[in-house]
Amino acid sequence: MKDWMGKSKAIFLLGSLALILAGCGQENLSALIPKGYGAETSMDLIILSTIIMTFVFIVVILVFVIVLSRFRKKKGQENYIPKQVEGSKTLETVWTVIPIVLVIILAVPTVTATFDLADETGSEDGLNIEVTGNQYWWHFNYEGQEIQTSQDMYIPVGEKVHLNMMASDVIHSFWVPALSGKMDANPENENSMYIEAHEEGVYWGKCAELCGPSHSLMDFKVIAVSPEEFDQWVEDMQNVDPEAEPEDAVAQDGKAAFEENSCMGCHAIGSSPAQVGPNLTSFGDRSKIAGILEPTKENLVDWLMDPESIKPGNQMTGNYDITEEEANSIAEYLMQLQPSEITPESAGD
Amino acid sequence: MSIAATQKRGFGAVLWDYLTTVDHKKIGILYLIGGGFFFLLGGLEALFIRIQLLVPENDFISAGLYNEMFTMHGTTMIFLAVMPLLLGLMNYIMPLQIGARDVAFPFLNSLGFWLFLFGGLLLNCSWFLGGAPDAGWTAYTPLSLQSPGHGIDFYVMGLQLSGAGTLIGGINFLVTIVTMRAPGMTYMRMPLFTWTTFVTSVLILFAFPALTVNLFLLMFDRMFGSAFFDVALGGNTVIWQHLFWIFGHPEVYILILPAFGVFSEVFPTFSKKRLFGYTAMVFATILIAFLGFMVWAHHMFTVGLGPVANSIFAIATMAIAVPTGIKIFNWLATMWGGSITINSSMLWALAFIPTFTIGGMTGVMLASAVADYQYHDTYFVVAHFHYVMVGGTVFGIFAALHYWWPKMFGRILHEGMGKFTFWTFFIGFHLTFFIQHFLGLMGMPRRYWVFLEDQGLDTGNLVSSIGAFLMAIAVIVFLINIIYTAAKGTKAPADPWDGRALEWAISSPPPYYNFKQTPLVRGLDPLWIEKMEGKGKVTPAEPVDDIHMPNSSFVPFIMTFGFFVASFGFIYQVDHSAWLIAVYVGMGIALGAMAYRSLKDDHGHHVTKEELEREAD
Repeated sequence: MKDWMGKSKAIFLLGSLALILAGCGQENLSALIPKGYGAETSMDLIILSTIIMTFVFIVVILVFVIVLSRFRKKKGQENYIPKQVEGSKTLETVWTVIPIVLVIILAVPTVTATFDLADETGSEDGLNIEVTGNQYWWHFNYEGQEIQTSQDMYIPVGEKVHLNMMASDVIHSFWVPALSGKMDANPENENSMYIEAHEEGVYWGKCAELCGPSHSLMDFKVIAVSPEEFDQWVEDMQNVDPEAEPEDAVAQDGKAAFEENSCMGCHAIGSSPAQVGPNLTSFGDRSKIAGILEPTKENLVDWLMDPESIKPGNQMTGNYDITEEEANSIAEYLMQLQPSEITPESAGD
Repeated sequence: MSIAATQKRGFGAVLWDYLTTVDHKKIGILYLIGGGFFFLLGGLEALFIRIQLLVPENDFISAGLYNEMFTMHGTTMIFLAVMPLLLGLMNYIMPLQIGARDVAFPFLNSLGFWLFLFGGLLLNCSWFLGGAPDAGWTAYTPLSLQSPGHGIDFYVMGLQLSGAGTLIGGINFLVTIVTMRAPGMTYMRMPLFTWTTFVTSVLILFAFPALTVNLFLLMFDRMFGSAFFDVALGGNTVIWQHLFWIFGHPEVYILILPAFGVFSEVFPTFSKKRLFGYTAMVFATILIAFLGFMVWAHHMFTVGLGPVANSIFAIATMAIAVPTGIKIFNWLATMWGGSITINSSMLWALAFIPTFTIGGMTGVMLASAVADYQYHDTYFVVAHFHYVMVGGTVFGIFAALHYWWPKMFGRILHEGMGKFTFWTFFIGFHLTFFIQHFLGLMGMPRRYWVFLEDQGLDTGNLVSSIGAFLMAIAVIVFLINIIYTAAKGTKAPADPWDGRALEWAISSPPPYYNFKQTPLVRGLDPLWIEKMEGKGKVTPAEPVDDIHMPNSSFVPFIMTFGFFVASFGFIYQVDHSAWLIAVYVGMGIALGAMAYRSLKDDHGHHVTKEELEREAD
């Protein structure tokens, strides 16, 4: 009997723990499970403000419940006229001063944190990544490193990474909830922020500013790896030969088809910067296709044949005409673009 | 027109009466009908949104249509539903509360209504003419510049028209309150609903021009090739956001202050106590309005304004919690020691307190700039503003409708159905929106057409959608209640709730000239004072005499129709210059109507003393 009690207790405990954890959302996506400096700073303020607000709420509800239980009109009171109270200076002063104090308690750490997260010291020597938001993908230019990528951003764990953001078309907003709060990418001015991951991992990023039909599909990843792995990745990426011929015949056909259909007009492989579409240098290593599809060849073929059905309003639709066979070989070629051994798996995904 | 005209008339006569009326009460009812219609439309759009988000990766509606849905849901609810419903209440009640016979400019009042209605219809025409606006109700540039089709053009012209109507209405209320209060009605004796109408009108007066200017800039960019917002040509897209929120933030106070006014009427009436801390309530209202203008950039913490601006706007925003807190506690203190009656009107008011407290608190949480970097543009924000806009304003509108319905229509809404509506809506509301706070923090940005599987967002969205349906059921029951009441409702006496302000001193519904004799006001809650002194009737300030009333006019309708036609011309002249004809014809009609109005002497008419005496009691 006692044993049974113990078991049920354990199950209850585990169950509620699971519920609470589920209530915090998906790991590496939820702002409630912070794993980076910015997200932790925000979380501290979220917790502080929640505590203050819960206190206020409890006080209001307490008074509310007392009022409702004590001062309901009772039977036989139909003609009862309560005392007409004008007000009370003391009471009103109390409920003016207390909120002011509470606001100050919240305001001071808010201002401190605001300046802290806007601090740009170290950006000159540190790792700088130029982030560009596009409909509906993200471009990353590792400044001074000759590395251009898109969709997957590799960063070294435990290091401040400075992000300089702009948009190429409409306003986007760069948001990796588990690592940091968001920052808008505007078309006219560069915004700066930094992120710092405390743990290795693949962090889910989203676009938070409405940017067109496929706004909700503009996902990307920030992949935090150990500093050694990051250095390795940098080296691998810098040594990419964009002209390299693939080994097998299908992929070779794919490369030819890729060039023939002037895919290169929009995309690039290697470190050439200017593009309309995503840089495909490490396409085979990407954790998702188009930000949302599992990285399988079938999905890639589907994407190439009809991108509109997957991401409505994207810029790729209607710019080329390929056969199923060509799509197949292009997919084979692209999936083989794996310049580095450092992949999302390296971050423990 | 004589009083005998209130006898049974044909449908055509009633329609003509409403098309030409300048009576503030009838215009108030028109606003309620118009606003109610758009409320249903906006609610329908909300249901489509929630059906789409019922399950992950749903394909109920396409991405483009989804963007149109939430854009129109937001635009409709703010501009065409909630604000007109409030304007309707103000129109009907405020002149009665100050003992006036009409508003200061009855003709303009009518013009304001028709501009709102035609603006709303114009906006909704877009559904049938190639697609609705799809850049969000905030229509941020450059997305709104880039948006194909004419959706955004309809947004610009529709809001311009209805915005002009609102501005006219606001100015009218201001002048009415300044100049037409009954003898003895000093500012510090005005009922709180009149006070909030006054302060709201000041907000409208200063906020709407910013919107007008902004819409003109966007109109010129889209229709005439200017480049205010085009970065490639040296424009600046963030300017739109500043101008939008300089209007948009006061706008949320335009929506909430009248609701505060309603609650400040409902709590004292159903507690049988005078409002606690009247003076503080008045100054809190003014302070909230003032701060409302100082905090627009808190919508833009992530735009990149820098830490100095973010800090200033963060603290200014938090400061609003202070006057709002004063109000909440004063309402509680009003009930403290009272004799509380709980009926459907009071239920809405009571439910407002915890609900709005949550909304206000999340507002302070949002004000904490660094925390906002996580909340901004997520479902947390969606939850927050629905807590204040629905939990505050819509609850307020429901409270007001149940409270003033007998005054407006002479019949009392059915209590049973009223309570059913309340509980269903209340539960549905919290089910829908409470969980969205967490959805936002768990990584769900707002305006997402789909959410992907396995991101921990499924359950929350499902619960949220179920709640939305409960709210829909509640609204349907409310409609049934209206129909039932119209057919079989209990007839209302002049003062069904043992009220305190002047509107309860005259019959339900009031005669079209309101007060036979202008009342003499001897203090706050004038009717209550008289009742306590055993008189039960308000002392008149003048002998019975002829009453001067304005004449009905069809000109406002015609004038607005001209602008409506011209709007189509402006929108389509981009495609073909032949459409400029519509601009000229439409503007011709409007200017012609203006000229007619200016040149024709219209002195109104008198209700004679004899008629009044015949009508008496």
